[in-house]
Amino acid sequence: MTTKHKAIALISGGLDSLLAVRVMQEQGIEVEGINFYTGFCVEGHTHAIRNSDKDKQKRNNALWAAEQLGIKLHIVDVIEEYKDVLLNPKHGYGANMNPCLDCKIFMVGKAVQWIQENRKDGFDFIITGEVIGQRPMSQRKQTMPIVAKESGAEDILVRPLCAKNLPATKPELEGWIDREKMYDFSGRTRKPQMALAEKYGFKDYASPAGGCCFLTDKNYSDKLVDLWDARGTREYEMDDIMLLKVGRHIRPKPEFKLIIARDAGESKYLEGYRKQFVTIQIVSHNGPLTMVDGDIKPEDFELAAGVVARYGQGREAEQVEVHISVPGQDVKIMNIKPLTVEQVNEEWHV
Amino acid sequence: MSQHELDARRMLCPMPVIKTQNKVKELVVGDILNVICTDPGALSDIPAWARINGHTILGHQSNDDELTITVQVGG
Repeated sequence: MTTKHKAIALISGGLDSLLAVRVMQEQGIEVEGINFYTGFCVEGHTHAIRNSDKDKQKRNNALWAAEQLGIKLHIVDVIEEYKDVLLNPKHGYGANMNPCLDCKIFMVGKAVQWIQENRKDGFDFIITGEVIGQRPMSQRKQTMPIVAKESGAEDILVRPLCAKNLPATKPELEGWIDREKMYDFSGRTRKPQMALAEKYGFKDYASPAGGCCFLTDKNYSDKLVDLWDARGTREYEMDDIMLLKVGRHIRPKPEFKLIIARDAGESKYLEGYRKQFVTIQIVSHNGPLTMVDGDIKPEDFELAAGVVARYGQGREAEQVEVHISVPGQDVKIMNIKPLTVEQVNEEWHV
Repeated sequence: MSQHELDARRMLCPMPVIKTQNKVKELVVGDILNVICTDPGALSDIPAWARINGHTILGHQSNDDELTITVQVGG
């Protein structure tokens, strides 16, 4: 009787990890998935916030992928642990604040830890959907052995989509899996993956432009750096990184930033922060709810309200009524003239 | 069999799923968990999570901006 071997697969929700698992399932390997939530993952929640995205299908792509594959999926909150990866990346950042190589090492390392903590479940090796040359920072010929070594996975890390381009791993050498039934994909082209998806009958798979992480996005990274610069510290909390995904960010003064909702969905989301933050609401006209992040002084209320009024329907009015709510204080009512486009300095836009 | 409640209000997906997953680990087969959420994405994510992990969705209720999803723990 042959022993059935078992693997844990890193599931991002994208096509590559979906295919990598199916390739292993075809060889009789029992697979479970693991997905790490860093707080920076591009997921359906931003769709849930914005009105304009209401028609988009709301789904978590990692869960969707697991369902397609018929495997269990363990979603792990690594928000706290991930801070060290983002703040102190040994291998540096990519084009933006994306520490991709350190991130991959971290996630594979967490999978190694998972195997050790779940010994009773008998996981033998780890699968990723990595492809040599697919990503400029983390998926290169030179970085593949670095990920295997520094994560501690060593020879139990299998990349089924490009295994033929890499040294044989323990599962291959032991005969648990057949190297010849894996692939030799390389480079940035997606055609081989799309052909394999076609072969397996996968449709409607996720293909997010720029990958699955907000840190690869320039606008998001700029906002993150602005936040750190303004606070003089790179510490952050979950609310900070969520709020960077919401609204228009305008910093009229170094001490405070206005987060102006772009639609009713974002206004509703910001409502949840009313008890913690100063908020500004236009009441004489339709307009977005605005949250003030930072330390705003009463003498800056007029400036802040003028900026906010610029983004309401009373932007051309002589005066608009604005309510400023400071937690624990009476609402301050102001009648102000909205700033003009020219008065909202371009450099204030984060 | 016992009834439990999980407050996942103001959490955005996948946090309601993670919290549900972690709470279910503390429960036993047959227990009922009512998850209260505000992210409409939870209405697709929690049932998807339940399907792939062998749990049952007994139903859901919407009340103003809140959503209660009832999960029965499976084996």
